[in-house]
Amino acid sequence: MEIFLQQLINGVTLGSIYGLIAIGYTMVFGIIGMVNFAHGDVFMLSAFIALLLLLLLTQMLGLAAAPAFVVALVASMALTALWNFAIERVAYRRLRGSFRLAPLISAIGMSTFLANFVTVTQGPNNKSIPPMWDQVIAITSGGAYDVTLSYKQILIVAVTGALLAAFWFVVQKTPLGRAQRACEQDAKMAALLGVDVNRTVALTFVIGAALAAVAGSLYLLQYGVVKSSDGFVPGVKAFTAAVLGGIGSLPGAVLGGLLIGLIETMWGQYFGSDYKDVAAFSVLAITLIFMPSGLMGRPDVEKV
Amino acid sequence: MNWLDDPILRVDHLTMRFGGLLAVNDVSFAAGRGDITALIGPNGAGKTTLFNCLTGFYQPTAGRIAFSSEKLDAEKIETLTRSARKHDGETFLLERMADHEIVRKARLARTFQNIRLFQGMSALENLMIAQDEALSRAAGLSFIGLLGLPSWRRAEQAAVDRAVAWLDRIGLKKRADDPAGSLPYGDQRRLEIARAMCTKPALLCLDEPAAGLNAAESHGLAELLRGIRDQGETSILLIEHDMSVVMRISDHVVVLDYGQKIADGSPREVREDPAVIAAYLGVEEQEEAVEEAVLSGGGA
Repeated sequence: MEIFLQQLINGVTLGSIYGLIAIGYTMVFGIIGMVNFAHGDVFMLSAFIALLLLLLLTQMLGLAAAPAFVVALVASMALTALWNFAIERVAYRRLRGSFRLAPLISAIGMSTFLANFVTVTQGPNNKSIPPMWDQVIAITSGGAYDVTLSYKQILIVAVTGALLAAFWFVVQKTPLGRAQRACEQDAKMAALLGVDVNRTVALTFVIGAALAAVAGSLYLLQYGVVKSSDGFVPGVKAFTAAVLGGIGSLPGAVLGGLLIGLIETMWGQYFGSDYKDVAAFSVLAITLIFMPSGLMGRPDVEKV
Repeated sequence: MNWLDDPILRVDHLTMRFGGLLAVNDVSFAAGRGDITALIGPNGAGKTTLFNCLTGFYQPTAGRIAFSSEKLDAEKIETLTRSARKHDGETFLLERMADHEIVRKARLARTFQNIRLFQGMSALENLMIAQDEALSRAAGLSFIGLLGLPSWRRAEQAAVDRAVAWLDRIGLKKRADDPAGSLPYGDQRRLEIARAMCTKPALLCLDEPAAGLNAAESHGLAELLRGIRDQGETSILLIEHDMSVVMRISDHVVVLDYGQKIADGSPREVREDPAVIAAYLGVEEQEEAVEEAVLSGGGA
């Protein structure tokens, strides 16, 4: 029981991170109908930026952990957003009117490029940060196993919740969100009514990257290590989360992320961690076969 | 005779060829400022093709489309034509511009034969989207909007007021928050026109606005269009099959048949034009029968 509770906490933490990445997938798919396969690598890149800055600020400049993390987080969001903006401009925008697979293949190219760029510059091995904020709150004690909730886990879940709320507000209440929804339904008509479709799409990429950067920084904080191949697996899992939740749906992405996080940790606990990725990806296959529009998606969404 | 004295749009020798098909063949006409100009003709006459050339959906094979919301000056058009430019800020050569440029710079708005509302968004939001250009500028990429600064609130309020005024005018104020897709067909048609008007166009191009409407609805539509014309809000160019609507509201009628212009003038002149009658009903028909048919709105 204690172990189940502990894994529940771990699963929700991991799921929050997947959820934040999944929002980027789902938004981009919603607005231009393209799966941005480079999104996972953008997440990895943001974790690396945060890692370098954290080490620089704490080890070389002697800053305390908390301000250093805030600076690293903000800088990572800004740089990653800039990077994704550039990718959209260079690799996707020109292909938008082309056949459907063209931007997809371009995205895979960007993904390979990013992963290899980081491998070449940072090496293929795990890079780690010194542990920070290791305080925990004991939820149960005295039993066979002490269930704990760390400050970091609280931070991750709280940040995810706050960002989701803020983002929901943007989509529902601001001109940008309205333009996004209009472009999603009929981009040509939106353009004819004066909506700047290119700008709307670019901002969607920027927001998606900023959310991925939050996820990347939190991932680094929680697990302490990152390596250049970490873009692929978490990226595909976040994609699975987006599909499970219903691609195109914002709350669906977060719900899907939480479910994937839970499935993965529970499977790892009870059936052994060798097959935990298989479990997560089986969910992708099962969802696509039996429920292609996902848990919260609209029907008739085009599938990849 | 506004279209001769003070045109807002002048089409010269426009030709559109699709492979071996000559859809529009050397058509020239002008639309008057403040007028309702109707473009009519039998099926396949090239009306929609011509519309698509005007609004930048097609690149015409040959010809010139000059447009100015201020004053269309022949000399300026010539100067602009000889230069490589698309516009001089006042006079626009539409055949050189892309569709979104035509909308944003020259301020043409158009609707389509099929309804293209944002079905999942509310009626009010559909009208707000049409004002997005000004709003998103005021919102500073929505960051200022998030902070709720006064300048943004004023812009948002002005846009809402405008949208609500239009909803009121088309009788949909009570259904402002309903999804556009759930409205009756006739209401959707009028909502589309209101949405186009919210972009503050200099010329409103309507492709068969009365298609699929019953007699009462098309009467309401005619009133709406006439109201827009009478208040001098914009000039209107429309394609229409419903002759009762065309004859009731148009100031000027241009008739196309097989891609060529066969008549051009006031509704009365056009109705009595033998070429038009022949195009609509064939040359064999008795003229009285023709008159009657056209008058009773059976021309389509």
